[in-house]
This record gives sequence, structure tokens and C-alpha cells, in this order.
Amino acid sequence: MDLPILIGSILAASPPILFAVLGETITEKAGVINLSLDGSLLLTAMVGFVVALHMDSVIAGFLAGMVVGSLIAFILAFVSMTLYQPQVATGFVLTLLCRDLAYVFGKAYAHIPGPQVSHAAIPGFSDLPLIGPILFDQNPLVYLSLMAVILVWFFFFKTQPGLLLQGLGERPAAAYVRGVDVTAMRYLYTLIGGAIVGLGGASFSLMVKPGWARPYGIEGTGWIALAIVIFGGWHPIRAAVGALLFNALQTAANLLQSVMPDVPTQLFSTLPFPVMILTLLLVTIGNADWTKRVLNRLPEGMRRFLIRTLKALQTSPPASLGTIFKKE
Amino acid sequence: MKVELKDIHKRFGPIQANDGITLSIEPGTLHGLLGENGAGKSTLMKVLSGFLSPDRGEIRLDNKTIRFDSPAEAVALGVGMLHQDPLDFPALRVIDNFLLGSPREFLLDRKYHQTRLAELANRFGFRLDPEARVSELSIGERQQLEIVRLLALGVNVLILDEPTTAISTQQRESLFRALSQLTEEGKTVIFVSHKLDEVKSLCSKVTVLAHGRVTGEAAMDCPTKELVKMMFGQVLTVGKRCEVRLGEPILELQNLSLSDWRLEVKDLSLKVQAGEVVGLAGLEGSGQQLVLRACAGLLRPSAGRIWIAHRDMTGRPYQDFIEASIGYMPAARLEEGLIAGMTLAEHIALTERGPSLFIDWTMAVERASQRIREFNIKGQPTTFVGNLSGGNQQRTLLSLLPSQPKLLLMEHPTRGLDMESMEYIWRLLQALTQQGTAILFISSDPEELLERSDRIAIFFGGKVRMMDTCGASLFDLGESIGGKGFE
Repeated sequence: MDLPILIGSILAASPPILFAVLGETITEKAGVINLSLDGSLLLTAMVGFVVALHMDSVIAGFLAGMVVGSLIAFILAFVSMTLYQPQVATGFVLTLLCRDLAYVFGKAYAHIPGPQVSHAAIPGFSDLPLIGPILFDQNPLVYLSLMAVILVWFFFFKTQPGLLLQGLGERPAAAYVRGVDVTAMRYLYTLIGGAIVGLGGASFSLMVKPGWARPYGIEGTGWIALAIVIFGGWHPIRAAVGALLFNALQTAANLLQSVMPDVPTQLFSTLPFPVMILTLLLVTIGNADWTKRVLNRLPEGMRRFLIRTLKALQTSPPASLGTIFKKE
Repeated sequence: MKVELKDIHKRFGPIQANDGITLSIEPGTLHGLLGENGAGKSTLMKVLSGFLSPDRGEIRLDNKTIRFDSPAEAVALGVGMLHQDPLDFPALRVIDNFLLGSPREFLLDRKYHQTRLAELANRFGFRLDPEARVSELSIGERQQLEIVRLLALGVNVLILDEPTTAISTQQRESLFRALSQLTEEGKTVIFVSHKLDEVKSLCSKVTVLAHGRVTGEAAMDCPTKELVKMMFGQVLTVGKRCEVRLGEPILELQNLSLSDWRLEVKDLSLKVQAGEVVGLAGLEGSGQQLVLRACAGLLRPSAGRIWIAHRDMTGRPYQDFIEASIGYMPAARLEEGLIAGMTLAEHIALTERGPSLFIDWTMAVERASQRIREFNIKGQPTTFVGNLSGGNQQRTLLSLLPSQPKLLLMEHPTRGLDMESMEYIWRLLQALTQQGTAILFISSDPEELLERSDRIAIFFGGKVRMMDTCGASLFDLGESIGGKGFE
């Protein structure tokens, strides 16, 4: 297989995880941690497919996925911000609940052919050498997800509401002093984040792997997406790079498997997960005390280089992530 | 802008923080608000800046009655507050902090606002790098940023809450210059402080608060003595403990340096002998807690040594300090000292656990009953500690300390207690000192400090000065807490 096609195939599989990572990044940037991602993706995938099948419209399927995604987010927002219950526990319970709901209500729809989003090459661009097949001969959702990454980046760092959103997650008390209705805005961004995650779920069942089954193949993606949000340092573009990296690892594992057919397939399908943990370690290792001690013993040139690399990789979460804000 | 507060009342549970405060501040003046910890200064300023709504009373700006529902509304009407710990965003850049919440435009025009920020900062001689992260700034620079930001929002009344606690001398001077300049431009500045000399040199008029009431108002040629009287009342307490026989040195601090993120205590040397009681005085957060925690083995000094009973304990683990028979009583009783959801007997079982895997409940209950008698705790071995009153919690905490500690370190041992509990606890402590225990305690009650200690270490912005209590008066102590003799 030649390289452009390979990279194109990595991008083609990326919308679900890209949307999931993007949605969670928005939610966490506001200081709310929505742990229900894995269940949300599964449930919205099922709902998206079923609605699209019944109404014979993929658009309706996507809308349904977004509505369900924000509904799950609403439950989390209500429980944590109105009833002041812990976000992490609520998120866990929602994950399990959504997964079971998806399996129960999806049972009748397993292995049924249904509508799916078709390919749409962009005329004029798709014939360009190298980048044509990578970027412009794709599914509309791939275009949309990449544009969404840029859009969220622009919103975060170039607009006043985006700045307020950052303030919300960093220090809600200070945001409140600056006139932000902390609870209302956290509700809003939790719902928006949930809707985008729902878009990711629906894009799996309507594009990447059309249809529904149990198990379905998206299980586990939500957890990885949560890790990628950390890897991405709550920065949409870096998070997108992380998501694509993970997809590339999965593709690489598949390739390796075809090269070495004797090795059990399970080995390769689990390979991307430990590699992702290692990259995550690289991101946080700079924070540890012992790292500094070890680095101090290295020769000057190497030490400088390593410190600079680790510093560039290092991320820190929104300071008030997962905390509850109450007015005085 | 003229500011008037009329008959402001604000109550938090059992504490009447503001009890009918009436105050009027002329436009274009620098007005000082003076008082001890807990006098009600901060509450009053939070009411004026929209953080708290008063239970009763009226706020008038330029003769118009005003109601704020949030700090943002107060800012919109021209009243801004600079908090002791600036309410900003350490992770964000200076320019983003300046912009956050200010302009109404959707897209951020960082270039344009950068020049606006630079212009305003230059006018007051502040130097702020717009690209720097706020976490890299000192507290003084963060204050400057907040002042500039509030002014850019059109604030006419600026409230500063203890602004000089954590900043350098140069920063303080540049702050004071800026404040004077602001009043010349017609703005009203309210300067909240407990430091007499600062208020005297800076303000044209001062209002003194004590116990939630206005206890005095004066133009600023008022002698210091009068101000001290207004702050601490007329009672003249004089130190009593003149003849105490002291044993050999228990605690020796040699050129100790300590720091946390806002404060540095430098080069402190102190020797405490067996049977001696040393009080640590000063406004909260002047360094007393750092020293106490270092002696307890909870904070590693950045330089210097800690000797306990002739043994060098510097840098040793907390466990070694416990074994050296040091008792530490934190200020936050239920957060750091006791476990609200456990009973008295469970506390005993936890503190005096033996090597056995199983708990000897009979013994724990027996010991708990014994402590209850000994320390006069009003409760049963099965009472949850969270259900005890403050005084009884404090006695419980005392009863859990090693029976005859060499050194006892206490933060606010009698804060929030009634007279009877206070007397009782000091009787217990004095009995200990007679058997050779040395005591170091933090208190914000000047009378308690004078009455109970042999010497007082007065802390002021990380600096320490020793004072003999024998024959010393409340005036002397009050003046020193206010910073006299530190420059």
C-alpha cells in the first residue's frame, strides 16, 4: 500500500475519536469532567443508526446522536452542578448505564443494512498529487471533523467567549467576579461537549463501520479519548494530533498483523493501548520530582535537551477541573 | 465618587461580623480602614464590592442608593476590589487576564489592548510584560495587573484589602505612589490594613473597626497611641509571667529560613527552654505558621537548622519528630486534627495503636473514659467527635497528645472558645510547663499572648522581633503587631 492512501485511511477512520476528544476538551476546559464518554459513544452510535434507518435520513441520525449526547451530558451537569454530587462517580455510572441501554435497545437492529454517509471527493482538489488522496478524497465527516478542530481552536484562543470559557475552568471564582454566570456557562459547555461526542458516536455507525452489532468495535474508544484529552493538554489541535496518532497506531498494528500472521491477533489489537499509556507518561513525567533528580545527574547538553523536550510536552489541566463552584 | 455605608449588618451563623456600621468617604481621598483580625473589615468591604449582600443597611454612591447582586455589577457601577490574594488566572497570560471579561467585542484584538495595557501601566510606573504568564509574576505584579484592569473597566472606587502583606518594599512604594496619583485624579481609594504606620503615612482619614463596630474615626494627624486605643480598647493588660524557672534548652532554631509561595521567613534564631511559653504574635500569615510547622517537622526549611533536645532534626521525617515527643495542634480542628465521623474511643484506638492486627476495644473505651474524666470532656466514648462543641473538641485534641510532651506546638489553642474552656485549657497547659514542657503557640488575641507567655515573637511580613512580656503593656504589643520597630 502506498503512503498517501495509508494516511488517507487513518484520517477516514478518525471522525469518531476526533469528535469525542474535541467534545470532552470543551467540557473539561469549562472545568467539568464528563467521564461517561465510552458509554455515550456506544449509545449515540446505536441511536444514530436506528433513527437514520427509520427515517431513512443520515442527517436525522446525526441530529439524534447529538441530542442523546447532550441529554447524557445534561444528566451529568444536573447531578453535579445542581445537586452538588461528585462528577467522577456520576460519570462512571452513566458509562455503564449507556452501554447497557445501547445493547438492550439495539438488539433488534443488529446486523441490518442501513443508510450511510457516502464518500465525497472535492472536485479539483482530489487529483492533487500527494495531498489530494489524503485530504480531499474523503467522507464529508472527515472534512467536518478537521474543520471543527480549527474552529474550536479559534474559539478558545481568539474570541472573548473562548477566553471566558478558559477562565471558567481555571478559576471560577475569578470568572464570577468578571461577570460570568459560572453554573449556567458550565451547563452550556457541558451540553455542547456532549452533543459533539454524540456526533462522534453517530459518525461511527453511519460512516466508519455502518450498522450495529454487539460487540460493536467502538468499545474502549471513549476511555482512550479521555486519555488523549490529557495528552492534548486541553488544546484542540494537540488533542487532534493525539487522536490521529492513536488511529495511526491502530493501523500500524493491523499492518504488522498481516506481516506476522502467526502472532495471535489479540496482541496487535491491544498494542495501541500500552503505547498510548507510554506517551501519556511522557507528558506528565516532567512534573515528577524524581525526574528532576535523575536529570540533574546527566551531562549538561543532554540535560538541557531533555528538559526542553519534556517541558514542551508537559501539560497541566484546567486548575479547577472537576470541582464544584458555590457562590459565597 | 462619594461612598456612604449606612447601618450595615451582616451575620454569619453565631458571629455578628458587621453590627451597624456607618461610614462616609469623601471623593478623591485615601481612606484607611483599620482593625484587628476579625474586626469586620473584610466583611464590610465584601459588602461594598458586591460579594456579600448585607442583612440590613444601605449603600449609597454619590447620594444614590445602590444594590449590587454580584461583584461584576459593583464594577459596572464603579466599585472594584483588589483582593489580598489577587483573583486572577495564574495559568493565563497577562494580556488575557487583562482582557478576560472586559471588552464586549466577540473577537479579541490583542494588539490594540496590549497598547492600552501598556499605556495604563506606564502611567503608574508599573512594568508588566503582556506575554508573561501570571503564575510567573510576583504578588506585587499581580496586584498591579488587577489595579490596571479595574481602572480600564472604569472603576472610580478602589478597595485594597491588606495589599502589602506579601510584597516587596519597592513594590510597596510604587503601589503607594500609584494610590496617591489615583486620588489626585479624583478616584476614591479605601485602604484596608492593620499596619498603623502604613495607614498613617498614606491615608488622610481613618476609620477604626473592632468587633464589627466603628470604634473611632480620625483625621491622620491623630497620634498612634489614640489609634491603638481605638483598635484594642481601653483595657490595659500587662504581662504577668515574670518569675518562671526554666530548664535546659528544648528547641533551638539556628538561622532558619522558610518560605511558601507568598512569604519568606529569613534567618530566624530562637531558643526555647523547658517550661517556657513563647507566644507567636502578628497578623495571620506573617510567618508564624511556617515556623510552627517547621518545628513540627511538617515543613522543610530552605536553610538553617532545627535542634530539638540537642539533636539535629533538620530534614528528618515527621515520624522522628513524633518520636522526639513533640505535640502539634493544628488550627483547623476538624480538618487536620480530628476525624468528625469517628468516636472518641476510635480516636484513642487510632492514636495509641499497638502492634496487634486487631483492635483492643475494651482498652480503647477504658482509656477514652479516663481521658474524658481527666480532660473534662462533655461526651461519651461513643460520641462522634463532630458532634462535640468547639471547646470539647479542643480538649479532645489535647487529650490525644503525648502525655508529657517535650515540646507543644499549638495554633490558636483557644480560638472560638468560651471563657471557661479557655481557662481550663490554660490550666492544663500550665501544669504541663511545670513539668518541663516547652510551649510555642500562635494566637491573634493580644491579651492571651501577654497573659500566658514568657516571651512573644512578633511576626511582621516574615520578619521576627522578640519581646519580653514581663511588664509589657497591650499598647507595646499592639504597636509592634502594627509594624512598629520593624523597618
